[in-house]
Parts: sequence; C-alpha cells; structure tokens
Amino acid sequence: MHSDRYTPPSAPSPPDPDIVAISMRIDTESDVAAICRAVRALAERMAFSRSAAYSLATAASELATNLLIHAGGGQLQVAPLTGMRTGIELLAEDHGPGIGDLALALTDGYSTAGGLGCGLPGVDRLMDLCDIDSVPGHGTRVRAVKWR
Amino acid sequence: MKIPILRLGRILLVSIQDDLTDNDAMQFQSDLVERVAEIEALGVAIDITALDVVDSYMARVINDTACMVGLLGAEVVICGVQPFVAMTLIEMGRDLLGANCAFNLEQGLEILNRRIATRGDIHIDEDEDD
Repeated sequence: MHSDRYTPPSAPSPPDPDIVAISMRIDTESDVAAICRAVRALAERMAFSRSAAYSLATAASELATNLLIHAGGGQLQVAPLTGMRTGIELLAEDHGPGIGDLALALTDGYSTAGGLGCGLPGVDRLMDLCDIDSVPGHGTRVRAVKWR
Repeated sequence: MKIPILRLGRILLVSIQDDLTDNDAMQFQSDLVERVAEIEALGVAIDITALDVVDSYMARVINDTACMVGLLGAEVVICGVQPFVAMTLIEMGRDLLGANCAFNLEQGLEILNRRIATRGDIHIDEDEDD
C-alpha cells in the first residue's frame, strides 16, 4: 500500500497565503479598530493561544492609539515571524515629537496626554519583547514581539 | 455612532458595542450625565459584554464615565467584562477598571437595586408613579 510518489520526510509545508505582513497607516480611530481586528485574526490563523491573541490585539490597539494621540498618526506594521520561533512583531513608527524621558514614559501612572498612564508599560507587560527608539523632535519607533 | 441610553424606572442602561472614537466618547458621556441629572437616576448599568478588546484608553473612558455618574449621586455597575479583557487589563496594570462589576446585566441590576435600597434615602415605588 505504498504511494509511488516520494515525499521527503521533512517537506516544508507550503506557506499559508493568509499569513502575511500587514502595514497600515493610522490616521483615525477606525484605523485603530481595523488594525486591532487584523492582528487578532492573524494571531488566530497562526495558532496563537486565545489569551496571546487578545494580548496582541490589545497591544496593537494601545500602540495605534498612541500614534494617534501623541503623533497625530503614524505607520503600524505587523509581521509574522517564522524563523526558529514563531511570533508576531508589531512595529509602530511616527514622526511626532518623540519621547523626552523614556524611563518616565515607561513608569506606571505617567501620562503626557491625559491617558491612564499605562499604555507603554502595558504593552511592555503584554508582549515578550519591547524596544523603544525615540529621538525628541524627530519621532518614535516602538518594536514589540510576542512569541507563540 | 450614538449609544442608546435606555430607561428602566429610575435606572439607566447603556451598552457599549464598539470601540468609541474620542468624539463618540465625549458625546456619550455628556448624553449620559444629562440624562442622569434629568431623571435623577438612582443607578446606571454600563454593559460592555460586546467589547472583546479594551485598551487603556477605552478603560479610561469607561472609568471616567462611571466616576462622573457617581459624582452626580447615582450608583454605577459595569457588567459583562469578558474573560480575556479581564486578563489583559490586569496584565497591563491594576485598577484599570475601578468601579464595581457584575457578570451580566441581570446581576448588575440586582446589585444596583440592592445598593439603592440600602441607601435608604429614596423610595423607588413612590417615584415610579409619576
């Protein structure tokens, strides 16, 4: 009962056409909701646990709202990572005023724009990795990764 | 998107179905405080069963609304926080939702009625007649 077609033992499965990177310009609150849904759908397709998918969606929502409130808009990129470990990377970039004091911005309860002051520290806790690059006057880049 | 405010005697029910934009949130808060003052509502139940992602901004809107209503003198209860919303909110930071919570609208109304009764300063039956 052997099939006559030889299949190598470790044939890589073909890439899923639904697992693709997303890049979105965030200019309005409805963009925030859209990116949030897209991130959750991607996480679910990549077989993340439900709680991880919700953490990712919440972190994306947080980063996107930050783009809107602090920089008047920016670009949010979502990339599936499929190397040694499976994960999802969120990259938020803006050309806003930048973060004057990074340590302070990561302190719970600190907010410059009337938020609850737990946006960035919240993202830091929800995600496995969180790097912030900011040049005052030029913009901010936040990169956050969650592993499956 | 306008959020309907339903009246049930001297209790108001609101159900947040979707993420609110800044303008929506302001509109919602001013509609609600106006309505609370107008009918001198004794309690307000805010239902968020339909929200499955709540970030810190949304949490702030809900919290602020609850505090405003409380300042006017009404009891507030938040109903239907989803399990994963609870998980992510606590992971993000404590005290994101400060108000009292209930499983669902039904339990929320029970809590409101009980709290209103223990205040002892208002007789609901009397007021409902007019």
